[in-house]
Amino acid sequence: MTASSPDQTPRSKDWPATAGSSNDAQVPLSVYDLTVAYHRKPVIWDIGFDLPAGQLVGVVGPNGAGKSTLLKAVMDLIPRASGRVRVFGESYRKNRHRVGYVPQRESVDWQFPVSALDVVTMGLYDEIGWCLPVRKKHRLRALDALRRVGIAELADRQISQLSGGQQQRTFLARALVQDAELYLMDEPFAAVDAATERAIVDILRELKQTRKTAVVIHHDLQTVPEYFDYVVLLNMRIVAHGPVEETFTSENLQKTYGGRLTLLDEVTEAMRRREQAL
Amino acid sequence: MTAQRLLLFACLCFANTPHLLAAPSELSSLTDRSAQWPSWEQWRRTLLLQDYNTRVVILGVAILGGAAGLVGSFTLLRKRALMGDALSHASLPGIALAYVTGTWLGMDGKSLPLLLSGATISGLFGVAVILWIRNQTRLKEDAALGIVLSVFFGFGVAVLGVIQQMESGSAAGLEDFIYGKTASMRASDAQLILLSSVIVMSGCLLLYKELVLLCFDEGFAGSRGLPVVILDIALMSMVVLITIVGLQAVGLILMIALMVIPSAAARFWTERMWWMMLYAAAIGTIGSVVGAMTSAVFPKLPSGAMIVLVCSFFFFLSMVFGSSRGVLVRYLRRRRLHRRIDRQHLLRAMYELIEPQQDGETYDSKSLVSVSQLLPMRSWNRGRLLRAIRSAEDDQLVRLRGEDTYLTRAGFVEGARLTRQHRMWEMYLITYAEVAPGLVDRDADDIEHVLEPEVIDELEELLEEQKMRIHVPVSPHDLAITGDQGAAS
Repeated sequence: MTASSPDQTPRSKDWPATAGSSNDAQVPLSVYDLTVAYHRKPVIWDIGFDLPAGQLVGVVGPNGAGKSTLLKAVMDLIPRASGRVRVFGESYRKNRHRVGYVPQRESVDWQFPVSALDVVTMGLYDEIGWCLPVRKKHRLRALDALRRVGIAELADRQISQLSGGQQQRTFLARALVQDAELYLMDEPFAAVDAATERAIVDILRELKQTRKTAVVIHHDLQTVPEYFDYVVLLNMRIVAHGPVEETFTSENLQKTYGGRLTLLDEVTEAMRRREQAL
Repeated sequence: MTAQRLLLFACLCFANTPHLLAAPSELSSLTDRSAQWPSWEQWRRTLLLQDYNTRVVILGVAILGGAAGLVGSFTLLRKRALMGDALSHASLPGIALAYVTGTWLGMDGKSLPLLLSGATISGLFGVAVILWIRNQTRLKEDAALGIVLSVFFGFGVAVLGVIQQMESGSAAGLEDFIYGKTASMRASDAQLILLSSVIVMSGCLLLYKELVLLCFDEGFAGSRGLPVVILDIALMSMVVLITIVGLQAVGLILMIALMVIPSAAARFWTERMWWMMLYAAAIGTIGSVVGAMTSAVFPKLPSGAMIVLVCSFFFFLSMVFGSSRGVLVRYLRRRRLHRRIDRQHLLRAMYELIEPQQDGETYDSKSLVSVSQLLPMRSWNRGRLLRAIRSAEDDQLVRLRGEDTYLTRAGFVEGARLTRQHRMWEMYLITYAEVAPGLVDRDADDIEHVLEPEVIDELEELLEEQKMRIHVPVSPHDLAITGDQGAAS
């Protein structure tokens, strides 16, 4: 299928004509003309991009920019007003097993009577199949995933007895246990302690080394150049997307955040540090 | 959160009362329920299940309670518990209208399948109205629930009143659906309960892990391709099934109790979903059996009320003595925590008072600290301080001689370690201020497990700069175990 996008809405000039039209099985995530509306009010408009494989992708934008909405719309969790999503060249439905999802930590009730290990095995329910019980081999794999995020010794704890960072790691382990190729993470760095932040970054690097792709919603602009290779700047529409070096510029950030951005200088500084490191 | 729910429940109960008062005629039996003390023979017959009918009823009620406990655990965790209440209240007009229609068509108006079909239709209609109100207006679900529940119930009571005026006496027994009357249950009714309960139980057990995932994390369930809407409908259908067949035994006002109370009680005993479900089933079963038997012995006491009272007895028992979240256990846990904090405060205060006289790592047993010196260090009163000292004395960390205390060698090591840990945490929270303190797991004992070695080194350097660094002396325990190594260092 070729890209013949009906250009009715004005788009920024750096918008590639073929954005999001890829059916290529090599492209982990391709979004084309995606619009989502809640209660008559559009939340994201005309989103389109192709993500490169094997990269760490940061999704950045102000509050209410539609970052979580974008991830949910990709996974068919909320209805789309228009648009097309391809995951490795197929619909999400077909390639669901190749995608791992880390929801926001606040989205669940942590008083729920399950252990950390129980939560991680939830990542395997799809594989275990309907009506069948969780077996020992699944629990061993879940334990392995907990070990990867460094909290294997907490496997039997009820989840409200974990610290915020440990809860976040549990969620990460639940996605890792599936051994997916594309990971979608909703603010994994939100309100976690320094050790957890480190652990998550290590996991992301590990994923990259094994040619996995991770799309991470991120709110700390300063660490974007350090953590990510590729960035999607979102504020209801795509402001820009591309490799961090080219895209994560003061000009683009100004466009994304408008007057709300006071961190610009610090970001410039962070970019400079990255260049020095390279 | 809980308080809110209680308030809501109270409001719902209050919302019901005007209708009860407005229709006294068919409910007058409630007031003249003077209980007669049963004879020994009645006790014996009931408790030994000598009547075939009693046996049938008890069996039916037992399995009903179990199934309600199972499905109730899920609805409680899905935060849909009150939906069942609205459903059961909304079933009353269905029962009344089914009777009218049945009689008018020349059928047996009181045939149970007919009445329960009416109950199901109007119950589901009620739920649909709740969803419609919620989606079409800006009213929240609790308001929609309250409106539907009271309006449907009021309408049902009114229809019942009209029926009784039209055909005097023939509709007697319909009001048993309001409070529940196991005595009116026939063997075929019990079989219906049995069948429905078995369906619901197998549903809960077969779909166990899918329902758990649905209740815990709907978004993740959806991302894994679980049909969230269909599962929700399945769960709701099980609620409908249990509610409808339970109407006769427990009554529509109190049916919700059989779904909520056993599972809420079970939550106090365990942190595992599987066990919570089984405990809830057990409490539901026992509560229903005991309640139904009581009602069988005292025929004037409605079985629904008895079942609920027995279940709530178990609930209060669980709330106080529950081994996992019970009030008592939590009190003891909190007290233990406070004592531990007092212990840490004591050792740190003593260490810091003698710190200026100390020369690095060496231990000097002659450094005395008086109680009056310790008192202003923290916001403790004398009694609390002395209790902390005595408890530390029991553990051989501190000695108390008159008004003076001193640290033993082990206490000195522990005090140095704790002081270092606390200072390090304070330094960490200052240095890494962007990490919200509330989210850090800052039990001082754990600092080395939580923070990276590099961070620890960095903090040590910062403390050194401020002359607050502590070289923790070699622990006497390590000395004993590793002998030469400890001596070498």
